[in-house]
Amino acid sequence: MKGTNLGEFEELVLLTIAALINEAYSVAICDELSDHTGRSVKLGVVHSVLNRLEEKGLVKSELGEATKARGGKRKRFYQLTMQGKAALVNAKSMRDQLWARIPSLAWKKM
Amino acid sequence: MKEQRQHHPPTWAQRFVEWYCKPGLLEDLTGDLNECFERNLQSGGPRRAKLIYIIDAFKFFRSYTVRRSIFVNLFMNRTMIGSYVKTSGRNIMRNKLFSFINILGLAISMSVGLLLIAFVLDLHSYDRFHKNGDNIYRITNILTASNEQNGKFATTSIKTGKLIRDKVPGIEEVAILRNNFSGDAKVGDNILPVTGFWAEPSLFRVFTFPMLEGNSETALKDPYSVVLTETAARKLFGDRNALGKAIRIDSLAYQVTGIMKDVPFFSHIRFEALVSLSTAEQINKSNKDFAAWTNMWSASVYLLPSENADMAAIRSQLNAIAREENLAEENTRIQLELLPLYNVVVGESLRQSEGGPGFTGPHMSPVVLWILGGLAFIVVLSACFNYTNLSIARAMRRIKEIGLRKTIGAGKSQVQLQFLAEAVMISLAALLLSFLLFLVLRPLLINMAPEMQRTVQLALTPSMVAIFVVFSVAVGIVAGFLPAIFFSKVSPINAFGNVSSMKMFKHLTLRRALVVVQYTVTLIFITTTAVGYVQYKNILAFDLGFSTANILNINMQDNKPDAMLKELGEMPEVTALSRSLITTGVGNAWGGNMKYKDSRDSVLVMTNHVDENYLPLHNYKLVAGGNFIARPATAQAVSEVIVNEQVLKRFNIGGGTPQKAIGEQVTLNGRKMAIVGVMQDFHYGKVENLIGPVAFTFWTPEDRTIISAKIQSANPRATVARIEAAWKKIDRVHPFIAEFYDEAIEDAYSEFSTMIKIIGFLSFLAISVASMGLFGMVVFTTETRLKEIGIRKVMGASVGNLIYLLSRGFLFLLSVSAVIALPVTYFFFRTVVLPNFPYHTPVQITELFTGLLMVLLIALIMIGSQTLKAARSNPVAVLKSE
Repeated sequence: MKGTNLGEFEELVLLTIAALINEAYSVAICDELSDHTGRSVKLGVVHSVLNRLEEKGLVKSELGEATKARGGKRKRFYQLTMQGKAALVNAKSMRDQLWARIPSLAWKKM
Repeated sequence: MKEQRQHHPPTWAQRFVEWYCKPGLLEDLTGDLNECFERNLQSGGPRRAKLIYIIDAFKFFRSYTVRRSIFVNLFMNRTMIGSYVKTSGRNIMRNKLFSFINILGLAISMSVGLLLIAFVLDLHSYDRFHKNGDNIYRITNILTASNEQNGKFATTSIKTGKLIRDKVPGIEEVAILRNNFSGDAKVGDNILPVTGFWAEPSLFRVFTFPMLEGNSETALKDPYSVVLTETAARKLFGDRNALGKAIRIDSLAYQVTGIMKDVPFFSHIRFEALVSLSTAEQINKSNKDFAAWTNMWSASVYLLPSENADMAAIRSQLNAIAREENLAEENTRIQLELLPLYNVVVGESLRQSEGGPGFTGPHMSPVVLWILGGLAFIVVLSACFNYTNLSIARAMRRIKEIGLRKTIGAGKSQVQLQFLAEAVMISLAALLLSFLLFLVLRPLLINMAPEMQRTVQLALTPSMVAIFVVFSVAVGIVAGFLPAIFFSKVSPINAFGNVSSMKMFKHLTLRRALVVVQYTVTLIFITTTAVGYVQYKNILAFDLGFSTANILNINMQDNKPDAMLKELGEMPEVTALSRSLITTGVGNAWGGNMKYKDSRDSVLVMTNHVDENYLPLHNYKLVAGGNFIARPATAQAVSEVIVNEQVLKRFNIGGGTPQKAIGEQVTLNGRKMAIVGVMQDFHYGKVENLIGPVAFTFWTPEDRTIISAKIQSANPRATVARIEAAWKKIDRVHPFIAEFYDEAIEDAYSEFSTMIKIIGFLSFLAISVASMGLFGMVVFTTETRLKEIGIRKVMGASVGNLIYLLSRGFLFLLSVSAVIALPVTYFFFRTVVLPNFPYHTPVQITELFTGLLMVLLIALIMIGSQTLKAARSNPVAVLKSE
């Protein structure tokens, strides 16, 4: 069913949020993704994915403290919700099951 | 990183985000944008950072960020636009006369705009087919020398190209083109004159000229290789295979090493054949000047820098090369500059040495385009004024409608939108009509001058049509702008109250001003045409100091003149014949250095080589001495010179009496010569040049020849046809090139006649548009004052009184325009145009007033017909109806 499954990019964003713990806001997520995946990630795309994840209830967000750096604008920090965590675990276990099904002999032949 | 001053993101982009973004998302989003901006500021500088900010601001315009209300508004306006279209349509249909005036006026003036758009688009499509086009540069030479050759040249030396290739890093390819290859290509009995360039293999790497047969890497490598275009190959070889075949061009044997696709029309480099540059190098092996730094008259160098080349570094390298080379030169300094390929056709005017007209391709200076654009803009604006004027004038009829709309709940912006929509509809309707006009006018424009045919095609492209539509919408918006503002200010309370006089008078001055501006512009246009035309005719009829009537100049090209002279001599219509090197008085020039007793005092004199019949045939007036006495057969034996009075004045020969100058020795181009005759001063150059020193020497068979034939015939055209038949007997290959002297002079001033035609056409349009506007105003005014006229008639006013009453206002406006326009035109010619022509005739009052009279006459017919109709109307019928 659409909506419950995670897209590839959505999964990456969720993982990044989890990895960044308390520092997960849009620009940081964007940088982290660029560093680790090696592709150039556009801020606009990250924004719309975060927005979508929040609509699905996989993440929640709150505004942080105002700082001087961003022209006085506050950052919006993201955190995984329970559903978000469940979705990640679910995705991982699904993959692990599939990996386990590949016989090691067949794998080497390829 | 050095300290930078505080930069901020563009305010309008910030406002834009604040406008569309949901309040909940706004803070976070602008914060992110700010953070990115600061980051880009550090890495890419303020300009780049601002650009990225703007792009991102638009990228964030997505369904999830945008406030609902904006969608609602856009949607509302969309539905309203349907209603606007409907009411506008009704309004257009209801006022057929006014709609007709508006649409026709806009259509006429917009057709000029369309032509100009097509013209500019064509010019800007030059050289765009090259894959690396935006990265190719041509070398411009800036020459500072002791003589008067100074300036910026489109050409450079072959040495420049080689030095750049060897010394400048960051250049991927250098292509050297040597201009002016021409000759008669010969295959069997098939002879075809071809023109082209000497070029190197790198040409095909810099430019995108696809090769059909042969290897583009090697085709132009070896000496005596030639690459033909498809068409040239077909003409020479027919359907046979041309690759690898031998071909003779003039006296040399070449091998065809490649066939390439024809050069596209929109290429500033045009040729039929390319010959390897190594050929030219071999031929000129013993010529030291060939590869000299100062031999910058006949080669073009094109550069293709590598992808990430530092242009500033390349420029400083070019300067370094120039500095080093200039050290060896005494009187000459040459600087090198880069000209982007896309600026070759539309860009700075560059000089080129005398090597046939425009061999570096078509060119249009942006100034001329701006002037033409300005003139077209004025004409279009004039039509927009018509619309504005008539709409506001008829405001009374629509004020109730606006009042009702506002009562129901329309805001200012909606009323504005309604009137803009109406204007845009009118202008779109006008676009259809003007497009038809465009199709009619297009061939006329293209055929106006031969350069035009070579330069533009004005073919329709989808992007052109799109720009036409955008243009038309823009015109609609400009036309509807003032009415929209005006109507949106109407208050519903006034609208339903006493409408008759409230707003009308406030805007009367505006309307009057518009009419005055319109007529001033029209008058300036038409008087400029009249004055320009008279001046042009004066130039053509100008007494050059020699006779040009009924003289046919036949260009012998490379043929010896004897056979042709014999043929001509046998024709009874030809009464006299002479030979000369060039035709003077049409802008051609041939120069030499002359010295008198002081060997250090040398002067550039204009020369021509003429035979003994030339002076009597052209009626040159001698003030002293006589014709040539000796008849030398070689240039070495020439020992006599005939000079004009300016030469005597310059060197002070004979001390004021020309007779004393006869027999004096002068040195011309290093050869001692005796003065045998003194001519009265005449115009060697064009009329805009001052008369300078001129010297004629004897024509010898080594020179090229122009045969001048004096023709006395009832049917000169038939005689020319017979002469052409005679030419065919002597030269079967080259077309017959002959022109009557008077026509050659007319051609020499063709840019003036083109200019006059264009301005004449524009003034015709301006008159039509302004007259239509005036007509509309008169119709409206008389209509609204019908009752007043009726009452005045009852009280005893005569028809004459009434006509005076009704047309008084308009006549006053016209005279205000005349008072502005005539002096402006007069001073424009006095101070801007005519100082360029030292021998001009002064501007006459009659020329200034003929234009005014014409405009007045048309205006009077417009006003008179309507006012007469109103004045003669029966008061009983008028006053009865309510």
